[in-house]
Amino acid sequence: MKVRVDVMLKTGVLDPQGEAVRHALGNLGFEGVEKVRQGKVIELDVAEGTSEEQIKDMCEKLLANTVIENYAIQVL
Amino acid sequence: MKAGVIVFPGSNCDRDLAVAFERAGAQVQMIWHKETELPTDLDIVGVPGGFSFGDYLRCGAIAAQSPITRSLIKHTERGGYAIGICNGFQVLTETGILPGALMRNANLKFICKPVGLKVETTECDFLSGYAQGQEITVPVAHHDGNYNVTDEKLAQLRDEGRIAFTYTDNPNGSTGDIAGVISKNRRVLGMMPHPERCVDALHGGTDGVAMFRSLVDSVVAA
Repeated sequence: MKVRVDVMLKTGVLDPQGEAVRHALGNLGFEGVEKVRQGKVIELDVAEGTSEEQIKDMCEKLLANTVIENYAIQVL
Repeated sequence: MKAGVIVFPGSNCDRDLAVAFERAGAQVQMIWHKETELPTDLDIVGVPGGFSFGDYLRCGAIAAQSPITRSLIKHTERGGYAIGICNGFQVLTETGILPGALMRNANLKFICKPVGLKVETTECDFLSGYAQGQEITVPVAHHDGNYNVTDEKLAQLRDEGRIAFTYTDNPNGSTGDIAGVISKNRRVLGMMPHPERCVDALHGGTDGVAMFRSLVDSVVAA
């Protein structure tokens, strides 16, 4: 079973890397890019029947730092 | 006074920290991360700087799940002393022993230079050798030292006098110019600057000496 976890900085937490990417896009001549947020995609291959609860636990304990990050779980 | 220094794969300030403890009069042992239990007679545990586990996932995230780190959490819960410097501070925040999180520096650059710090509290055995408001110079060397806490948590840290040091000229974008914080019981200190890199005149400064000395003195006196 494949699971995709998206980890993003929480709204309100400044994202200096996203901001640098936004600047770079502007320098390349792409206009109108108002905001860029950079995050992580983590793909897991887990045993069939792994519950969403268990995956949530993985996110809370390791995959995301919930002080600054949110996560979203998607079973593929 | 017995000190232990945890060594993770990728730690690189472990021996400097050991020397700083030894110079202050502590007996030091190095503890490899695969050990599952810390020796029970340790007064203080040091979590050194470096790049534990290659900074994979997030700085300090993998080290925070190491078996020895579970033993460190128990040590702090028992009221044991601990200090986390640089990557060690990142490990302590990742475990939740200390609040907040360390993010990429606001200017995205690795910063390696001496910085000015203001001592914000002396009500802590690590800090009693300094004067309140004293300015000291300590080197930083980090890419992810941008301390982040919510406004509520920042207010709480200020109310409880748990900010150890602030930068006199914020190099990395840290909330409230915070360079180091202490735990609620005031026995755990986490900081991004490296006091162990300024304990000998040859280091270019000795402003870190007072920290190790006051800690050893308080433990020996207790």
